[in-house]
Amino acid sequence: MEQITSLIQIKGIRDGLLATFVKAAWEDQCVALLAQIDERPAFFQGARLAIDVGSQILKVNDLVDLRDRLSERNVSLWAVIGESPTTEHTSQLLGLATRISKPRPEEKRHDVIADDTALFINKTLRSGKRVEFPGHVVVMGDVNAGAEIIADGNVIVWGRVRGMIHAGAKGNRSATICALDLSATQLRIATEVSATLKPQKDPKPEVASINNEGHLQSELWHTG
Amino acid sequence: MTAQVITVTSGKGGVGKTTAVANLATALAMDGRKVVCIDGDIGLRNLDVIMGLENRIVYDIVDVIEGRCKLKQAMIRDKHYPDMYLIPAAQTRDKNAVSPSDMIRICNDLRPDTDFVIIDSPAGIERGFRNSIAAADRVLVVTNPEVSAVRDADRVVGILEAEEKGTPSLILNRLNPTLVRNNDMLSAEDVLDLLGIHLIGVVPEDESVIIGSNRGAPVVTDPKSRAGQAFRNIAKRIQGNEVPFMELEQQNILWTAFQRLTGRK
Repeated sequence: MEQITSLIQIKGIRDGLLATFVKAAWEDQCVALLAQIDERPAFFQGARLAIDVGSQILKVNDLVDLRDRLSERNVSLWAVIGESPTTEHTSQLLGLATRISKPRPEEKRHDVIADDTALFINKTLRSGKRVEFPGHVVVMGDVNAGAEIIADGNVIVWGRVRGMIHAGAKGNRSATICALDLSATQLRIATEVSATLKPQKDPKPEVASINNEGHLQSELWHTG
Repeated sequence: MTAQVITVTSGKGGVGKTTAVANLATALAMDGRKVVCIDGDIGLRNLDVIMGLENRIVYDIVDVIEGRCKLKQAMIRDKHYPDMYLIPAAQTRDKNAVSPSDMIRICNDLRPDTDFVIIDSPAGIERGFRNSIAAADRVLVVTNPEVSAVRDADRVVGILEAEEKGTPSLILNRLNPTLVRNNDMLSAEDVLDLLGIHLIGVVPEDESVIIGSNRGAPVVTDPKSRAGQAFRNIAKRIQGNEVPFMELEQQNILWTAFQRLTGRK
């Protein structure tokens, strides 16, 4: 038992409980976590749990399974912190937070990303989806109303934009936002915020950037 | 027989999930299928009222889960169709009384001798919704031609895709052809364009739906009702039959849907 519980450490944080997983097989970690909860059900009743999975690579099924098993014990999983981009992507898909209020040392890895790194998303972003990336973001598909993209670099959407896009989020005023149809609810570049863009009857590709007067504006894109 | 488990959900409340469940189940029963409806809205049950069965409830789904009765005892037989049953929700409990694995277990118990299990999901994307989709083989998303309902449907479609439940099919409910013609309402094309999922039926706005719900006799049994016809067609499509769309829908809807599905993921 001692061996199994030593796979995880649970401590209280401001936002609830944080379980840190020691490197081991995912199934063993889950068993260990659930065992700890079953040992003291009263303590965990109604708890908000964040888990730190380290370098573990987790797929949707893994997290859905754990979330359901936790929810049966009346514990709600709200955040998954991990170093693997796959795990981070999975958590975002499931609407789980990927960081907690106290920044972790791993955050440094964002600085390592070169300026020309881009995240490629080959599908439509639906309402409720939030993508944060410390480089450029390219979307093949639409960005529907209620979806958000926050990128430190440029954002290019091969489709329609009806949600919110923030380019140059860390303050890069030369960032741009391009889309085939820019009918966004709101656009932001660095600290500038645009007014609502009206949906057009006959949409044309547009580029939004900060102009010489320091205002965010969008103009039709033309070749040459 | 191995039942197909179909969950009807929407995100937004009041778009007609429960009405759709009652009508589709009745239409499937009219086609001679054995159907069990499950009211997944623990604490706010109303499928029993719409099906006209509220005074027959003895046991509910929470009684089954907590072992106070057998599954068969909680299955209420319909007044008109002996092969249609309802498993009612508990009114005095909340969503936490049921877990996703309870739903999967109940559906698996029902599968061997049922054709269709239809689950009525509560509004929202929280616990009750998760319980309702846990066992689903197929999900139908109901929406109205309104911007807010469509946005909520979009969110639900996103969650279903993220949970690898497959892309759901869309029921567009309460479409008013006159308002659409005058450009005062989103058309079926507009909604499909936004959601980019497969359309399984468009139900026109029809007073007889409300009258039927209040009487506990789903509108699908009324041969003259347009909405009833639309629900009968959807039930046929669920059974794998190709039924042409009704007149109120412009012909190019299917073409647009086809284009979008092939052009984008």
